[in-house]
Amino acid sequence: MSDARTAILGRLRAVGETGPLPALDTAVLERRQWPATERMARLRKGMEAVHAEFLEATPGTWPTVVRAFCEREGLRNLLFGPTSEAGSALAAAWGSGGTQLMPYDRPVEAFKEELFTDVDAGFTGTVGGVAETGGLLLTPGPAEPRLLSLVPPIHIALLRASTIQDSFWSAVKDLGWGRKLPPNALLISGPSKTADIEQTLAYGVHGPKRLIVVLVDDVH
Amino acid sequence: MPVEHEIHFRDSAAKALLDPQLRANFRRAMDGLMSKRLAQFPDPRDLQDLRDLSTAIRSRSLLNLPELLEQFEANCTRNGIQVHWAETCMEANELILGLLQSKGAKTLVKGKSMVSEEMHLNDFLEKHGIEALESDLGEYIIQLDGETPSHIIMPAIHKNKDQIARQFSQKIKDAKYTEDVDELTAMARKVLRQKFLDADAGLSGVNFAVAETGTLCLVENEGNGRMSTHVPPLHIAVMGLEKVVARLEDVAPLYAILTRSATGQAVSTYFNLITGPRGEGEKDGPQEVHLVILDNGRSRIYADPQLRATLRCIRCGACMNHCPVYTRVGGHAYEAVYPGPLGKILTPQMEGVGARHDLIHGSSLCGACAEVCPVEIPIPEILVRLRREATHEDAGSNVAGKGTGRTFSEDWAWRLWAMVHKRPSVYRLATWFATRFGKALPAGAPLIKDWTRSRSKPVPAPRSLSERMRAEGGPHV
Repeated sequence: MSDARTAILGRLRAVGETGPLPALDTAVLERRQWPATERMARLRKGMEAVHAEFLEATPGTWPTVVRAFCEREGLRNLLFGPTSEAGSALAAAWGSGGTQLMPYDRPVEAFKEELFTDVDAGFTGTVGGVAETGGLLLTPGPAEPRLLSLVPPIHIALLRASTIQDSFWSAVKDLGWGRKLPPNALLISGPSKTADIEQTLAYGVHGPKRLIVVLVDDVH
Repeated sequence: MPVEHEIHFRDSAAKALLDPQLRANFRRAMDGLMSKRLAQFPDPRDLQDLRDLSTAIRSRSLLNLPELLEQFEANCTRNGIQVHWAETCMEANELILGLLQSKGAKTLVKGKSMVSEEMHLNDFLEKHGIEALESDLGEYIIQLDGETPSHIIMPAIHKNKDQIARQFSQKIKDAKYTEDVDELTAMARKVLRQKFLDADAGLSGVNFAVAETGTLCLVENEGNGRMSTHVPPLHIAVMGLEKVVARLEDVAPLYAILTRSATGQAVSTYFNLITGPRGEGEKDGPQEVHLVILDNGRSRIYADPQLRATLRCIRCGACMNHCPVYTRVGGHAYEAVYPGPLGKILTPQMEGVGARHDLIHGSSLCGACAEVCPVEIPIPEILVRLRREATHEDAGSNVAGKGTGRTFSEDWAWRLWAMVHKRPSVYRLATWFATRFGKALPAGAPLIKDWTRSRSKPVPAPRSLSERMRAEGGPHV
């Protein structure tokens, strides 16, 4: 359809000189700044308001916290990315018995049906958080596949408090996403939800029914 | 694609006004959306600053549109997203059909996309033996009943849960009757998860297209957008050509004002940035991503410096939620893909100002839409401009269907009006008659019957102002 392309761009170009560009005043975005401890509290408040759940942890204890949660909930298995930083640390500390760690180490086509029906929870790391509104930043990829945080009914995400940014705007700039983005990047603020029936909120419509944030306090 | 039968917004609006269930459903929903939006903007200065910034970003995007589209296309291509261009909806439909057929795809799951509604893609694909299934809960609900969206963000807002409960129990296999919203949602989840698993392809819209990175941004709460774009082996995205924005950091304020204006949310559940198909070493994601960039009249709108503001729209729906007409008659009365104030300026520019004459006049020009618009589109001004375009054939104008809304009776009425007002003696004679005999004129007389349809007949003063001035010794007028 290169004809359509030429015709469309030709028409847009035919407009000619379109005038000066208006300036961008980003002061309203720059005002959104908080100290590290407040960022942690804001993120948590924002996410809890949309039903995300939090588990408190420290840099040394978080794998135990994840494990205890899985046992408490009686999860049969936990899907994870064995080569990611968070995933390998989790596997190293897991031990045997109870909830089975299940590596997402093959193409989805090899176990699609199983992924949709037999997985109880998925575990991922994050590359940051957003204090202003609450939210986690993820860059799924070879180490942590895209469906890990989407298909299982529970998503457990590891968040280090030191990586929480002021706003999505400052995160985009700080992480250099404008220069280079992986094939998929995500902001997740809570479990899947809808208000399409009479504006009544219902959780767990297509994606995870629960989002568990393991918040590692490395700022205090 | 113009509607085949004759469209009279006035008649369909009058019919909608008589439906108490419909009015109650809309009233409740719109009141909720208005108060939730307001709660998101506690500081009027922040709101105005964010609106100004968002307006400037969208204006800059449009000023550089051809360059940004080329940069965006080049970056998409580099990332492995295959870009296609379509001048018309039919071209876009054919393109998508061709893509699906070349992969032998029989089923398509869809995330919400208003451009695909504009294309009437579902009907087109069904005719060619491909199942196109809506997966956004609201879209799924209306698709079950063969309806179209009544709101661009909340497509099933015209229905209440009793109606949905009845519908689910009749149309979903093995479903029991329940009015519990969680149970209804769970039923849809069960059906649709199987569909995601089995689908040969997925389709989505695009909220923002980022030129510098070649990224498609999708805003959603349900996760069906992620399912549709990441689970099937083929992902096809469709977008209007105006969606492109220069930089990713420009998207942040637009996203912030979009969700707040639309549903009163500070942030959506998911903001999904797609910059390519399954990459090296990735274990999931689509093998191929295709993007169809649609014109369908947009480049024509672009050519007019005043009307170009129409293309700033980020499809939040706030203008609908705050419109005194929309909130009373609902979306279906407009008989257009895009209802409400935005639809009143966009639809006539796409389908012709004469053909959709009914829409540009279906407004009191109260200005509530422009007041809440996050990108400050002067909707009332554009409506007034389109009213002129509908009855004039101005040489410099590029507006679709210009002059075709002119009717013999209106034309004749204005000629008579001009004739009377240009000649003082005729004017005096006319006002003398109007003041003496105006009362005797029946309410159903031509020219005044449109006024008296919903208002009482105006009663003329016994003497005209100039007569009184003369009689009471005022300055000569």
